[in-house]
Amino acid sequence: MKPWLFSLLLVCAAPLWAGEAAPNAEDPVIEQRMIKLAEDLRCLVCQNESLAGSHAELAEDLRREIRAQMKTGKNDQEVIAYLTERYGDFVLYRPPFKPVTYLLWLGPLLFLGLGSAIWYVTLKKRRGLKNEPVDEKNLAAAAQLLDENK
Amino acid sequence: MKRWIPLLVFLVLAGFLAKGLFLNPREVPSPFIGKPAPAFSLPLVGQPDKIFGPADMRGKVWLLNVWAPWCVSCRQEHPVLMALAQSQSAPIVGLNWKDKDREAEKLLAEHGSPYAAVPDDLSGKVGIDYGVTGTPETYVIDKDGIIRMKHIGPIDPDVWKNKIEPKLKELGA
Amino acid sequence: MIPELGHFALITALILALTQAILPLWGAARGHTTLMAVARPAAQAQFLFVGMAFSCLAYAFLTNDFTVENVARNSFSQLPEIYRFTATWGSHEGSMLLWALILGFWTTAVSLFSRHLPDDMVARVIGIMGLISSGFLAFLLTTSNPFLRLLPAPADGRDMNPLLQDPGMVIHPPMLYMGYVGFSVAFAFAIAALMSGKLDAAWARWSRPWTTVAWAFLTAGIVLGSWWAYNELGWGGWWFWDPTENASFMPWLAGTALIHSLAVTEKRGAFKAWTVLLALIAFSLSLLGTFLVRSGVLSSVHAFATDPARGSFILGFLAVVVGGSLTLYAWRAPKMLSGGAFSWFSREAMLLANNVVLLAAMASVLLGTLYPLFMDAMGLGKISVGPPYFNAVFVPLMAPALFLIGVGSLTRWKEASLPDMWTRLKWALAISVATGLLLPLTLKGFNPWESLGYTLAMWIVLTVFIGLRERTRRGARLLSLPRAFWGMQIAHLGLAWGVAGITLVANHQLERDVRMNVGDHATLAGYTFTFQGATEFPGPNYRAARGTVEVSQNGKKLFTLYPEKRIYNASGMPMTEAAIHPNFFRDVYVALGEPLDSEAKTWAVRVFYKPFINWLWIGGLFLVVGGFLAASDRRYRIAVKPIKA
Repeated sequence: MKPWLFSLLLVCAAPLWAGEAAPNAEDPVIEQRMIKLAEDLRCLVCQNESLAGSHAELAEDLRREIRAQMKTGKNDQEVIAYLTERYGDFVLYRPPFKPVTYLLWLGPLLFLGLGSAIWYVTLKKRRGLKNEPVDEKNLAAAAQLLDENK
Repeated sequence: MKRWIPLLVFLVLAGFLAKGLFLNPREVPSPFIGKPAPAFSLPLVGQPDKIFGPADMRGKVWLLNVWAPWCVSCRQEHPVLMALAQSQSAPIVGLNWKDKDREAEKLLAEHGSPYAAVPDDLSGKVGIDYGVTGTPETYVIDKDGIIRMKHIGPIDPDVWKNKIEPKLKELGA
Repeated sequence: MIPELGHFALITALILALTQAILPLWGAARGHTTLMAVARPAAQAQFLFVGMAFSCLAYAFLTNDFTVENVARNSFSQLPEIYRFTATWGSHEGSMLLWALILGFWTTAVSLFSRHLPDDMVARVIGIMGLISSGFLAFLLTTSNPFLRLLPAPADGRDMNPLLQDPGMVIHPPMLYMGYVGFSVAFAFAIAALMSGKLDAAWARWSRPWTTVAWAFLTAGIVLGSWWAYNELGWGGWWFWDPTENASFMPWLAGTALIHSLAVTEKRGAFKAWTVLLALIAFSLSLLGTFLVRSGVLSSVHAFATDPARGSFILGFLAVVVGGSLTLYAWRAPKMLSGGAFSWFSREAMLLANNVVLLAAMASVLLGTLYPLFMDAMGLGKISVGPPYFNAVFVPLMAPALFLIGVGSLTRWKEASLPDMWTRLKWALAISVATGLLLPLTLKGFNPWESLGYTLAMWIVLTVFIGLRERTRRGARLLSLPRAFWGMQIAHLGLAWGVAGITLVANHQLERDVRMNVGDHATLAGYTFTFQGATEFPGPNYRAARGTVEVSQNGKKLFTLYPEKRIYNASGMPMTEAAIHPNFFRDVYVALGEPLDSEAKTWAVRVFYKPFINWLWIGGLFLVVGGFLAASDRRYRIAVKPIKA
C-alpha cells in the first residue's frame, strides 16, 4: 500500500484505538516519593490509617501540599519538618530518636540483652546441678515395662 | 526477691492504663503553644477587597475560632460564642475553613455573627499552617501575637469558665 | 419475650458460674469430695444457659427484631441472612457474649475430657474458670447488656459496618476467641498447680494438649484476620501493627513460648515455675487485649464504641485476675523445685533461647503499643508508634528465633555435641546461605533483609527434612512416627513457607495507579489490564458500580475481573470491593478508585501484582494443622493404667 495512504489511515484510525492508560498522578516520580513518605505519616483525622492510604479530605490536602513542596525542590527531611512544625511528632509513624524515646528504641535491645543474660546465668547454674541417681528398682521396673510393650 | 517482679511490672502497667482511661488518645496537641501565630493575609467573607491578618490584632488578647458552615458541632457552639461576644471583651475572629459551597455569609446573616472578622480560608492552607485537624478549634493569642492555648472541640460554658476565661485573665484581657 | 428470656438465662448463668467457682474451690481446699463434684455439672449447666442467651440474641437478629437496641444499632433488614447472624457478635455487647459462650464451651470440654485427672485438680481448674466466667457475665449484665430494649422501635436498623460484611467475619472472631479464651485453660491449670503446690511432669502432660489447641485456634484467628484485611480493605496490605492486631499478636507470641516451654517441663521436669508464669502471662495478655480494644485507651480502627465505665470494669477485672494470679505466683513459686541438669548446648537450652527471643519480641510489641500512652500519661507529649517502628524492631528479633528452629529441633536433650551438630548441619547451612545470596541476584538486586529471609526459610525446610531422614534412618517408618513429631515438623514448615512468602511479596510486589477510560489498558508484570467501563449493579443491601477489567498476557485473554465500588443503602458508607485472581504463584488484584468525570466513564483504577502472597495463608494453614496434629498425639489420649505392684 502506498506509504502516504497508510499514514492517513493510521491517523484516522487513532481515535478508535484506545490508548495506554495514563498514570493517575501528574508526575509519577514525585508521586512515588510522596507515597513512600506518606506511608510513614499518620492521618490526623482517620488516625489509624497512614497519610498515603487515607481518603479523608485533610489527608488529600496534605498529600497535595507534600507534592507541592517536593516540586519546589524540598527534600524529605524538609517536608517532614514542615509537618512536624504544625502537627507535632504525632504525625510521624516512625517515632523520632530523642531522649524521651530512647527507651522505646533501645527497649527491644535491652529486652534481648536481659533475656540473654538470664539465659546464660540459668545455664551456668544448671551445669552445676547433679542429676538424681537412678533408683535400681525403678530402672528394673522400667526395663520390664519396655519388654512388655515391645 | 525476683518472684515479685512480674507483679510489680503489672502494677506499674495497670497504673498507666488507669491513667489512660482519663486521657483522649485521639487529641492532637498543638506544637504552637508559646510560638508566634503564623502570619497570613486572607480576604474577608462578604468583603473580598478587605484583607485580614493576625498582625491586625496586635495589642489585644484575642480568640481565633476555626469553624465551617458544614460543621455540625460549630452550630452547637454558635450560641455560646454569640453570648461570649456580648459578655466579654476579647474579640473573636472566625476563620472560615474550606467553605466550598460558599455558605458562610448567608449563615452568619441568618443566625448572627459573634465574630469581629471572618477571614476566608477556602483552600485550607492557613488551617494547615495552624495545624488544624478539624472544626471547631479555638486558639487564644496574646497581645504580642503569641499562641498561648488551643482548645479542640466546641466551647461550652464549662470549658469557657474553667479553661479559657482564666487564661484570658492571666494574659490581661 | 425472647430477649427477656435471654436476659434471664444470662442471670441464671451468672449464678451457676458463681456456684461453679466457689463450691469446688472450697471443696478442693478442704478435701471435700461432694463439693468438688459440683464442678462438672455446674460448668455444663452454665454453658447451657449462656448458650440459651446467645441463641436468644441470634434469634433477635435473624428475625430483625429492632426493638432490641443491639439489633437496631448493628443490623439492617436487607442484610443477607448470614451477616444478620454474624451481627450477633458484631458489637461490643455481642462479642462479650461470644466470649462468655466460648469460655463455657472450653470449661465444658475440660469437664468432659478430664476423667484421668485427680479430683482436686479438676475442681480447681473448673473453679478458676468459673471465677473468670463470673467476671465476664457480671460485666455483661452490669455494663454491656445485649438485651436492652429500644422503644419505640425504629423502622429499620442502622446497618452493620460494610467492612464486616464478608465471609471472614463469619470465622475470624470465633477462631480468635477460641484461642484467647482457650488460654484460660492453661491459666487455670497453672493456678491449680500453684494452689495445690503440686507441679510435676504429669501436670505438664495434662495442660499441653489444651494449650496447643488454644494456640492453634489463635493462629487460625490471626491468619484469618490478616487474610480478611487483604481481601477487604482494598490497598493490598495484610498487617498494619494496629493496636488491635498487636493485642492478638502478643498472646500468640507468649503462647508460642509456652508450648515450647511445656515441652521441657513435660520431658525433663525443668522450668516448672517459668512455664507456670508463662501460662499466667499468656492469658493475662488475652485479657489485656480485651481491655485495650474496648476502653478507649488506645485509638484503633478496630476498636468498639468506647466507654470509660466499661474500661474501668475491665481494668478492675484485670487487676483482680492478673494481680491475684501474679501474687499467688510470687508466694508459691519458690516451693517448686525444678530438677535436672543440662549443658549449655542441649535442647533445653535451645528451647530456653526460643523463649528469650519470643518474650523479647512480645515485650517490644507491648512497648511500642503502649508507649504513646506512657508518654501522654506522664505529660511528655503525644507521639505515634506505627509500622516503621514495629517492622524495624520485630524483623531482626525474629531472625534468631527462626534460626533456632533448625538447631533446636535436632539437638539432643540434656547434652548435645557441637561438633556432631556441625557435621549434620553444615551442608544445610551452606545451601541456605547460598540460596539467600543467589536468589535476590537472579530476581532483582541485592537487599540484605531479603537474603536473610530466603536463607532462614531454606534453613528451616532443610532441617525439617534432615529431622525426618534421621528419624527414619533408625528403622522407623515415616507414617508411624508420632503425631507430635509430625505436628512440629509441619508447623515449622508452615513458618518457613510463610517467611518465604512474606519476603517474596514484600520485595517484589508491584502496583500502578492509573486513570482509565473505556478501552484503555495498563500493563503490569507482563499482564495487560483492559478496562471495559463500569455499570450500575444493585446488591442485596447496596448499590454498586461494577467495573469490568479483562486481563490478558501476550495477547491471550486470561480472565475477567469485576471490582466494585459500593454504597451501602442504610448507612450511605462507601466501600471498595477489590477483585482478586489468585493462584499458587501470585495474586492479580484490581481495585476501583473514584470516578474521574461526572458521567463515571473514566475511573481511577489501582492494579496490583502480588507474587507468592498465597504462601502466607498456606503457611498459616500448616501452622494450624501442625498444632492440632501435635495435640492429638497418642500419649495424651492413653488412659493411665494403674501399676500393679
